[in-house]
Amino acid sequence: MIQQDQLLQVTNLNIIFPSPKGDVHAVKDISFSLGKEKIGLVGESGSGKSVTGRAILRLLPPYAKVSAEEISFKGQDLLSFSEKELRCIRGKEISMVMQDPKYSLNPVRTVGQQISEAYIVHSKVSKSVAREQTLKMLTAVRIRNPEQVYKLYPHEVSGGMGQRIMIAMMLIPEPSLLIADEPTSALDVTVQLQVLAILDDLVTQRGMGLIFISHDLELVASFCDRVIIMYGGRIMEVINAADLHNSTHPYTRGLLNCLPRIEGRNERLSTLVRDDAWLDADFWHSNDSDGIII
Amino acid sequence: MLNISNLNIYFGHGSEKNHALKDVSFEIKKGESFGLVGESGSGKSTVLNCISGLLNHWQGTIEVDGEVVSQKRDLAFYRKVQLVFQDPYGSLHPRHTIDRTLKEPLAIHKFTDINHRVEKVLSEVDLGSQFRFRYPHQLSGGQRQRVAVARALILEPEIILLDEPTSALDVSIQAEVLNLLQDIRKERNLTYVMVSHDLAVISYMCENCAVMSQGSVVEMISAEQLQSGDLSQNYTKQLFTASKGYDRAAIDLFQDF
Repeated sequence: MIQQDQLLQVTNLNIIFPSPKGDVHAVKDISFSLGKEKIGLVGESGSGKSVTGRAILRLLPPYAKVSAEEISFKGQDLLSFSEKELRCIRGKEISMVMQDPKYSLNPVRTVGQQISEAYIVHSKVSKSVAREQTLKMLTAVRIRNPEQVYKLYPHEVSGGMGQRIMIAMMLIPEPSLLIADEPTSALDVTVQLQVLAILDDLVTQRGMGLIFISHDLELVASFCDRVIIMYGGRIMEVINAADLHNSTHPYTRGLLNCLPRIEGRNERLSTLVRDDAWLDADFWHSNDSDGIII
Repeated sequence: MLNISNLNIYFGHGSEKNHALKDVSFEIKKGESFGLVGESGSGKSTVLNCISGLLNHWQGTIEVDGEVVSQKRDLAFYRKVQLVFQDPYGSLHPRHTIDRTLKEPLAIHKFTDINHRVEKVLSEVDLGSQFRFRYPHQLSGGQRQRVAVARALILEPEIILLDEPTSALDVSIQAEVLNLLQDIRKERNLTYVMVSHDLAVISYMCENCAVMSQGSVVEMISAEQLQSGDLSQNYTKQLFTASKGYDRAAIDLFQDF
């Protein structure tokens, strides 16, 4: 199932963090492609899912060694881009929603100023047009009183609203790909779903691609079209979300089994028994579902 | 074992005054595991803080083991009731070894046979003796939470208050810690009060739970009711639907409470 309108192609991405105790190989030889779809990147902490998202936009610290055969976006080779050229991609073409609005918003500027800045930088419009557009965007992310919220500072808004503001800011330049790094893990379940519904609608309406980074397997299974499961810096499995519960990969099964369930009360939760063989490169290539290039 | 009736608490003054707990009442039998569920700001952690004595300007009655406890607690109370916090890194002293962290409560309560007790409690939470002289930063998140559980257990309490003990952990580690908590409860016949926002965790751990919203208990449900989805309040139903995963159609029907 190679997508016709392919947005992003990553081939053999490697990320190494040098350290005095030897290099940490955070991501090893991962490859995936993305069309206009919702793809979930799931894994435990330390599995390399966030650094993968950041590496695409070259947002890792300079000491990180990122190498790849190919990172191409709409046929353009992002690896060959200079910092300056990349700035035109960041925000306008690919944007990223970070986990915590508290740390990602500028505390000394109002919410409205920050969002309209994102618009002005990429669209060269007047301030009043930007303001108009910002208010429209705030309404689109279901903020009921945009005029009022426009004037607020980040510390005056709740976590759920902060996250919606982040999403509004990232969507206002109308990117074709959105990388969302645990955008909802700090929110209550109902608010979380409402925020996801906003993303979902925008993906469908605008034909955007979405990379959704999360540790919540169940949520990803119900929200995304495809799921990439990572462990120890490697891709364990790429699977259609609908088939996730029938997965035969031992790691995916292990993760699914250790979730407690509302409806069933099994006496003991099964725990994950880790197997070093999972980290061998050739372990899972045989069962390559749907011909997705791994 | 634990009896709470008409618990009220206010934060702030004047126009900022916030009625954070509104007549919260529940009763927990010995050996029972009781859950408190709700969204952030519903007051579930505040209830635990009132019981544990971290907050002392509450009004109402708190009865532990048949005795009414006052705002001021004595040592005997803390031997009976212990608290495990959400963030295991924040609740362990970064410059104390695990050994020292575990010995401190023993010294306060004038226990004897201290070395032996530390050894025993560490093996009980499945931490080997090699962890005993490490610092918190040398442990993983799951191991730190085990130390926090060990510190609560070492005084041989009867009630353990658990404030989202696994929400900072990965699902694979969460399963290990939940299993451990269940095993210890069976072994020692402990009473748990567990706060969580995750209905699945509550359903696995608890026999009964109270659903809280904006400082009041909206519904008391048993685990069976939770498992079968037999719920009467709209708020609980919405939480239940939300816990089932992403469903675009259902989200449009969500209300604010």
